[in-house]
Amino acid sequence: MGDLELICKCQQMAKKIRLDVINMTYEAYSTGAHIGGSLSLCEILAVLYTKFINFPGNLEYRDRLIFSKGHGAMALYSALAHKGIIDINLLHTFKKNGSLLSAHPSLNELPGIEFSSGSLGQGLSLAVGVGLALRRKNNTKSKIYVILGDGECNEGSVMESALSASHYLLDNIIVIIDANSLQYDGATKEIMNMEPFVDKWLSFGWDCVEIDGHNISTLINTLSIKHQKPLCIIARTIKGKGVSFIEGCKQYHNSILSESLFKLAIMEVNNS
Amino acid sequence: MIDFNSKNARVWSRLGPSGAISDAALELCRLSDKNIFLTADLSFFSGLDVVKNQHPDRLYNFGIAEQNMLGAAAGFAKEGFVPFVSTYASFACSRCLDQVRVNMSYMKFPIKLLGLTSGYGAGILGATHMCIEDLAIMRTLPNIVVLSPCDCFEIVKSIISASQIATPVYIRLTGPISTPIINKNDYDFRIGKAITLQKGQDVCFIATGAILNEVLAASEILINAGISSEIINMHTVKPLDVETLDDVTSRHKLVVTVEEHSVYGGLGSSICEYISSLKRNVKVEILGINDIFVKPGDYQYQLEQSLLDRNNIVKRVKKLLQIQNVKNYC
Repeated sequence: MGDLELICKCQQMAKKIRLDVINMTYEAYSTGAHIGGSLSLCEILAVLYTKFINFPGNLEYRDRLIFSKGHGAMALYSALAHKGIIDINLLHTFKKNGSLLSAHPSLNELPGIEFSSGSLGQGLSLAVGVGLALRRKNNTKSKIYVILGDGECNEGSVMESALSASHYLLDNIIVIIDANSLQYDGATKEIMNMEPFVDKWLSFGWDCVEIDGHNISTLINTLSIKHQKPLCIIARTIKGKGVSFIEGCKQYHNSILSESLFKLAIMEVNNS
Repeated sequence: MIDFNSKNARVWSRLGPSGAISDAALELCRLSDKNIFLTADLSFFSGLDVVKNQHPDRLYNFGIAEQNMLGAAAGFAKEGFVPFVSTYASFACSRCLDQVRVNMSYMKFPIKLLGLTSGYGAGILGATHMCIEDLAIMRTLPNIVVLSPCDCFEIVKSIISASQIATPVYIRLTGPISTPIINKNDYDFRIGKAITLQKGQDVCFIATGAILNEVLAASEILINAGISSEIINMHTVKPLDVETLDDVTSRHKLVVTVEEHSVYGGLGSSICEYISSLKRNVKVEILGINDIFVKPGDYQYQLEQSLLDRNNIVKRVKKLLQIQNVKNYC
């Protein structure tokens, strides 16, 4: 696949994820859904699932995606569906009683969901265990991608796990932080400032780069970096990306969409 | 192959729980290359230095970071390994409780969590190192088997047995450093099946953990006063052996539960929850720690403060029998 073709494919995938997220939020009706933090993830997941995550028949050598930021579940389900890992019709069951697609991903009979999440700050610890386990099994093929939120990094367990990943030189771990700069109560800088974010990861013994998390070619280039240490990519994103009235708006952390706003959101994404 | 004989019972008793863990861990290394060990800066204290020396690749030290250790254990378990995780019981059941809940209970990863020096085992270090709440916490979490061995012999048996079931297990380790011997010779240990240590008529003790030694001593004092005791070792707190409870409550009028744990939520509560559903004319008295943090001191001092030493157990049982006899007489 040529570079342009790849970028185009990722863009299309991101758009499909974005439309699915809007649709799932609308179909969740009065329960609402975590739309803001799902929309910020679309390019990250599109690039990961189009180019990087290998999901072969021999599951031992699959790449592991650990979705620590569980509230971005809608984007994950959509990406899994478009990758062909889960049935696309399942997306309509999101948050319905008894559905396999719950508000936060739950370890169940579906493939592609490595761990349950919902309690923030735990995914990188899981990755450390998986990383050490793969080393024990001499599996040097599989990569472990961990998706964290920036607000999530307030949790002390993230710091504990960051320390241990570098202590054990786990170069099979790549963390991508969906740094959309908003958490539930407001701007991350006001609620609990994580800056200087890059310096923190560097000082913990990681390789760390800061990029535009909506730029497909930058994401591709950064995820291709060869690294001897665990790698952290701070992907600067916009919460609610792609829908003007949701972008940067903290009220859309977990929200419903009325029919008129739903139509408007779909139109904006389709016209982008 | 590990020998469950009287010589080893003496050796383990002298070395305490860490010595028992050492031998169990070496046996686990022999049994399966999937068995691995994680600790939070307590390799020496847990008795895991033997693993570090003989199988250095099997032991992972996570430093003083229990939450991360539990998460990493889940990662290992997902990849097919069986992680044995050790830390102080007080930290195992509260510092990293959310990780225990999500990884062991919710996701059912077969992590085997060893809670060291539970009860008053390290109470000399103060209330932060006492653990009087782990049974209450752990048994409310779905899918977790809760074991509470009574001596070092049973610690070894518990650890080996835990490795043979595919469920998450919490193993509560109690008792002073030189742990009294209750089991001198090999016996049939089965998770979920209580053991009758002695038969008797007047009172039935149901106890768990190292406090059983005080119960046995109390029963010897009681027999001299003409009171005969039945003693049940309820080493598995969850799932509870209801068959044994059915039998005991059909034969006894007085059941006394004894635990080095809060009177709230532990073995006694668990038994009362079950018995309340039966139509039995039985009085259950819960002897445990009465909703206080006792002052730090040696093991014996703390038992006495909690009225859980043998002499206080005797006094309390005599009083209960007096009340019951008066009632029966009326």
